[in-house]
Amino acid sequence: MRSSSSPFFLSFNSGPGMVLKAFFPTCCASADSGLLVGRWVPEQSSAVVLAVVHFPFIPVQVKELLAQVQQASQVGVAVLGTWCHRRQEPEESLGHFLEGLGTLFSHEPWLQLCRERGSKSWNCKATRRQGPTPLAPACEDQVMLIFYDQRKVLLSRLHPPAALPERQAGDATASAGGLAAVFDTVARSEVLFQSDRFDEGPVRLTHWQSEGVEASILVELAKRAAGPVCLLLACLLSLVSAASACRVFRPWPLSFIWSKLSTCEQLRHRLDQLTLVVSAHRAEGPAQLMRKANTLVSVLLDMALGLLLLSWLHRKDRFAHLAEALVPVADRVAEELQHLLQWLMGAPAGLKMNRALDQVLGRFFLYHIHLWISYIHLMSPFIEHILWHLGLSACLGLTVALSILSDIISLLTFHIYCFYVYGARLYCLKIHGLSSLWRLFRGKKWNVLRQRVDSCSYDLDQLFIGTLLFTILIFLLPTTALYYLVFTLLRLLVVTVQGLVHLLVDLINSLPLYSLGLRLCRPYRLAAGVKFRVLEHEAGRPLRLLMQINPLPFSHVVRTYRLPSCGCHPKHSWGSLCRKLFFGELIYPWRQRGDKQD
Amino acid sequence: MEDERSFSDICGGRLALHRRYYSPSCLEFCLSCPRISLRSLTAVTCTVWLAAYGLFTLCENSMILSAAIFITLLGLLGYLHFVKIDHETLLIIDSLGIQMTSSYASGKESTTFIEMGKVKDVIINEAIYMQKVIYYLCILLKDPVEPHGISQVVPIFQSAKPRLDCLIEVYRSCQEILAHQKAASTSP
Repeated sequence: MRSSSSPFFLSFNSGPGMVLKAFFPTCCASADSGLLVGRWVPEQSSAVVLAVVHFPFIPVQVKELLAQVQQASQVGVAVLGTWCHRRQEPEESLGHFLEGLGTLFSHEPWLQLCRERGSKSWNCKATRRQGPTPLAPACEDQVMLIFYDQRKVLLSRLHPPAALPERQAGDATASAGGLAAVFDTVARSEVLFQSDRFDEGPVRLTHWQSEGVEASILVELAKRAAGPVCLLLACLLSLVSAASACRVFRPWPLSFIWSKLSTCEQLRHRLDQLTLVVSAHRAEGPAQLMRKANTLVSVLLDMALGLLLLSWLHRKDRFAHLAEALVPVADRVAEELQHLLQWLMGAPAGLKMNRALDQVLGRFFLYHIHLWISYIHLMSPFIEHILWHLGLSACLGLTVALSILSDIISLLTFHIYCFYVYGARLYCLKIHGLSSLWRLFRGKKWNVLRQRVDSCSYDLDQLFIGTLLFTILIFLLPTTALYYLVFTLLRLLVVTVQGLVHLLVDLINSLPLYSLGLRLCRPYRLAAGVKFRVLEHEAGRPLRLLMQINPLPFSHVVRTYRLPSCGCHPKHSWGSLCRKLFFGELIYPWRQRGDKQD
Repeated sequence: MEDERSFSDICGGRLALHRRYYSPSCLEFCLSCPRISLRSLTAVTCTVWLAAYGLFTLCENSMILSAAIFITLLGLLGYLHFVKIDHETLLIIDSLGIQMTSSYASGKESTTFIEMGKVKDVIINEAIYMQKVIYYLCILLKDPVEPHGISQVVPIFQSAKPRLDCLIEVYRSCQEILAHQKAASTSP
């Protein structure tokens, strides 16, 4: 049976200089004599041996089996040669018998591997006919034996995945690197490894599973149970998403609030992820499967951590302690702010402020704080209940609890946010006024049509009033600037704390735990490449190499399999942030959406 | 067939080049770097411990001493496992590829294998390293898009940094095998 050659087979006949590489599975090294079955890759001049067919066999049945395998797996499986595992004295009859098989299953080149029982010396011969007729003289190639662990090569996945062309009927050209072709061949020939030696088939094979297919009962049960469970969960999730879509988004103020809270964002993200995991579609490729597995493990870990947190909070009645501590903390913060404002109203850091403006701003902010404190005191009887109910949501996951924490922080520091907005707006107005009046002072004007500064002739009274206003604004600048500076620093502090919480949530959301666990426990599954080791070599014998899998480093695993997250990246670079701060524009450095606003 | 010769690296340290010739198509070079010297180890340990003792006399806290011992141990382990390379190996197999292995002092090995189909050539190149101009051996990789272009330059023996005489030895043997490979791949 001739191996079906690929349409891109180059007509170079590897001359006597080309070394033939025979990939031999380690499990067949101690098998009895028989036929070698595998795939011949002409471009790399390599023969990938997949299994050994033992005597006795009927050639027609062997050919039938190979045709079946070729149809099912789209791999050009053929008989590559003979394998002889003999005792010390060479058996003459076996030698002739093996030679005769060469004419029965013709294949170019015909491989003959031979090993003496109990020793490490191997003999390899690869004969190739130089002409079309069977009687043409044969020439021998040099053979290099490469041993590979069939199970590991079958289960592993090369990174980056070689982009193989679509499968054509027969051989698919592995125009990707030579070793990717080996991996691909072994992976696609799984159907050849289904039968073991306990099956009553017509042909007896040796390969990695020939001692019996191993499986785990738990895994099989989980596979059976996965179908109905996924269906049930998918129904539940669709109910939940339908409920959230219909009731909440209709009235406008509520929809605005939901869009600002980070808890809702996180819940929505988790809902999407879960829907993906329990969807009825099969995963398209190994990347999709890994993503599903990573998402599932991440969600489970999140829920486990959340339940742990919940149990810790319930243990010593910590909710009550937290609720009791909350109001005094808020009071303390307000008190500190009042001290700060008193300090600003005096002579802060020895600077002399404009008294009138100082008093106005200081009183304005003090009144705000007073309102805030009254509000907190109004809410204090309900805080424990609210906290308890919010704490229950921690069983949905640690990330949800952290998002709630971030939202509570923004609610409690709402007054700082308000002060920052007032200070920034005031400062911004002042800066704009100053820049425009400075232009007037120099006799120039901003041309809106042409978006540039033009000279302009002003009247005397315009100049007079303009200069007066400019002087007033510039002398009031230090006061406003100081208030702006102080409240911006406070606001940045709060934003930093919230940002850290969001970073933690992001980390939990996007870390691919399943892939990391796989890399730790089964490193051959994620392969960055291969490595070779030269085995004991004797002069005159063929070169023997052992091919092992080089696992992917952990950093590459994280980079390749990172889950997409909500996207909590700083929007501004440092330069644009400084520029915005200088001009008094409002900054929202962490998220696309703004804070909870009234 | 094996032989061993002694060379020196760019700083004057002693290197040992161990060459193993398995077959006309398979060659292995093993370059052993100078070992960690007892003198520098003692110097670093003494400095750290003296500094810790100085802090201890200031603060009267005995945690500083145990922390210094801990830091020294962890630092040594980390240095042996992540930084100090014991020997570097280059394995060339005709028609298969080139493999570079770095073995660290703690036994960890990190391997890179480049297939022969991607290798364009092996050359000796010059580079400016701090205040010196040094020679280094590197592998040029083919660009899949452009047939005459080079996509990447992979340096070999980066930690050992041998001098030109050692590099010439390795270069000659590599070129013999690569010439073999080129002749075989272009033969009609």
